[in-house]
Amino acid sequence: MTTYVAHEESQFAPPAEVGEAELYHPKTFIGKYIWSQDAKVIAIQYAVTAIAIGLVALVASWLMRLQLGFPGAVGFIDPSTYLQLVSMHGMIMVIYLLTALFLGGFGNYLIPLMVGARDMVFPYVNMVSYWLYLLAVLLLVASFFVPGGASGAGWTLYPPQAILDGTPGAQWGIILLLVSLGVFVIGFTMGGLNYVVTVLQARTRGMTMMRLPLTVWGIFMATILALLAFPALFVSAIMMTLDLTLGTSFFMPALVSKGQQLSYSGGNPLLFQHLFWFFGHPEVYIVALPAFGIVSDLISTHARKNIFGYRMMVWAILVIGGLSFIVWAHHMFVSGMNPYFGFFFATTTLIIAVPTAIKVYNWVLTLWRGNIHLTVPMLFAIAFIFTFVNGGLTGLFLGNVVVDMPLSDTMFVVAHFHMVMGIAPVLTVFGAIYHWYPKITGRMLDDTLGKIHFWITFIGTYAIFYPMHYLGFMGIPRRYYAIGGTNFIPDSAHLLNAWISLAAFVVGAAQIVFLYNLAASYFRGRPAGNNPWNATTLEWQTAHTPPRHGNFGKELPAVYRWAYDYGVPGLKTDFIPQNVAPSDVPAEAWEKTPQPTGG
Amino acid sequence: MTIGLVFLSVLMAVIVWWLFRQTINVQPWQAQVAVPDVGGDAAAPPAAKMALWVFLAVATSLFVLFVSAYAMRLGLADWTPLPRPRLLMLNTALLVGASLAMEWTVHAARRADRDNLRRGLWASGVLTFGFLAGQLFVWKQLNDAGYFVSSSAATAFFYLLTAVHGLHVLGGLVAWARASARAWRGTDPARIRLGVELCATYWHYLLAVWVVLYALLVSEGVGLAICSSTPL
Repeated sequence: MTTYVAHEESQFAPPAEVGEAELYHPKTFIGKYIWSQDAKVIAIQYAVTAIAIGLVALVASWLMRLQLGFPGAVGFIDPSTYLQLVSMHGMIMVIYLLTALFLGGFGNYLIPLMVGARDMVFPYVNMVSYWLYLLAVLLLVASFFVPGGASGAGWTLYPPQAILDGTPGAQWGIILLLVSLGVFVIGFTMGGLNYVVTVLQARTRGMTMMRLPLTVWGIFMATILALLAFPALFVSAIMMTLDLTLGTSFFMPALVSKGQQLSYSGGNPLLFQHLFWFFGHPEVYIVALPAFGIVSDLISTHARKNIFGYRMMVWAILVIGGLSFIVWAHHMFVSGMNPYFGFFFATTTLIIAVPTAIKVYNWVLTLWRGNIHLTVPMLFAIAFIFTFVNGGLTGLFLGNVVVDMPLSDTMFVVAHFHMVMGIAPVLTVFGAIYHWYPKITGRMLDDTLGKIHFWITFIGTYAIFYPMHYLGFMGIPRRYYAIGGTNFIPDSAHLLNAWISLAAFVVGAAQIVFLYNLAASYFRGRPAGNNPWNATTLEWQTAHTPPRHGNFGKELPAVYRWAYDYGVPGLKTDFIPQNVAPSDVPAEAWEKTPQPTGG
Repeated sequence: MTIGLVFLSVLMAVIVWWLFRQTINVQPWQAQVAVPDVGGDAAAPPAAKMALWVFLAVATSLFVLFVSAYAMRLGLADWTPLPRPRLLMLNTALLVGASLAMEWTVHAARRADRDNLRRGLWASGVLTFGFLAGQLFVWKQLNDAGYFVSSSAATAFFYLLTAVHGLHVLGGLVAWARASARAWRGTDPARIRLGVELCATYWHYLLAVWVVLYALLVSEGVGLAICSSTPL
């Protein structure tokens, strides 16, 4: 073997063997599966809870589409109910489903396994994090059943209307929602501290930061964003709760409601918008960065080729994260801001396209001349690239103040953000589940059902959201219960609305195929073995599938290489796992003379 | 939000510098020949310490956002300051004392001097509880003088900022109670020492936050004040 420059060994590596006493050992069923401190069990708890509440949001979107496509067809949807459905759909999907699933679900499962740790560094705190999340979800669900129902203030909860009489749920629904958000943030902070410190401190020997799989990088950076951005949501939730309960005037101006002068005076509703979007825009990337990371790994694994431009991918993640904090006011172009202010935010917004484009180019260049296997995870990963680019391009439209002004309150915006942060991340979630399900359960998901699920979902979402752009251009407003009786809207728009609704029902129903696949494959799926995808990362190198408590055997793996040794030139096998030392690659595995990997 | 942007810029600069160190001169595609050594454990701070620093960043983000909100609200015309409670001076002194006592406790813990360790924990605990009691008394004074939380924007921010800070102090006291319990039971001195060190870091941090908040409360000269110079 040729010798070549070695990495500096990781400075922070823990000892290879962990004393028995240091691991937490569950003794009962309840300790193992309910009050569990094992990150893998917590991950599944997070994922199941998130998907369950996500189904509630899915049903909400169905009901909305029923009303929009076939106005008045369903008796019980009145304007108040419609607004409640809109609000809850948005709130649940963005925060309680996507954030929780990516960070709490995939983060918990993958971080310890991928960095070669036995568990998160603070398992107890990790457990509390999940139970707070569950409490937040239950509070949210409870808000459906209080007098007045859930809040109908939109997921942005803009004051003053959010807490004024006349908005659905302005009495109890909004309080429960604000408390639920507060609990969510506290719970998330506990989990987030764990993810960050685990990545920084608990990496195994040889696992330098630059050898981490991009999935870990994405989740790590998204967690940092979330830790810094969620306080803004927390602050605004606290201040709004005080306005509502104690009668302070942080956000509430002097106003007359239903003919009565309210006791509020001097508050600033715009202050809320600043705080909210200071959280709200990074939130987009809290959802997108883990998706970026996961897609990078899926593409590299299933195209059997190393990721193109690994270091640039890492830097792009960082730059996107940093920029996401200085673009928030592009959500407020219509609030009447100083033109120079708007110019600044339009510029920063458009600059984000640069690191994002770097990532897209790198994915495409990874695919180029790769040995592409169109497995179900790969299909979803490629679909993600398409969808993210599509959604991103309309983002360039809306990032310009003059274009945003007329489009801001139309269906165009709905189409844009669903493409970019609704469909694209959800496609990644599906891809990731098809990819890691074999590790989590030890069985493969059914391929045919997976492909049916993929094609209906992929084509179906385009059938929903492409026409929606046109509706937006026509000027169809968003958030409206019904658009009847307006002259500028042609009949064809109603036809299109009906079509979108039909497509939405089909896509929603296709998820039943997915759920059935998840359930059926758990019992009847083909056994997966330890490494069905021939992947290099550490989670596929465990001795048992699913990995047991403590993740690895007696000794933690040592890492000798990055996560992307696929298709190494001159090597007969097409991958080398991260924990295989160069000296353990047999000489006959090389085609001619032994050569260093890559370089 | 300028304050928030400054804070974030500083934080981003730290992260960029750190990532630069990770990436410069590193060729991730090259494999390593030798068995990776067990890294020097001594070089790495314990995970709990790292976690505390990350948490302080999160808490700073929270306080910075509150102060940003305050600074934006301050600009509006109807800002009417409330009188300055004189007791705040004493409370500040108590918190400084608690912080010093913590520092002293750390030194005792490093020398494994159990008696002084317990004394230090005692003192810092008493002083901190004194601070919290003092803050509550300030609230009562203001309340008695007719300044309720909903009286004006200034009172609202006064109660809000002191409450958030007070809750963080209260959270610190939980950690203090655990460290004290360990010190009295006399378990492993290394763990006691770590606990005390973490408490001390947190106490210094909360003191620093309080000093900033206190400066905001009384900074009438630069036009940032919640309180006027009229004493209460």
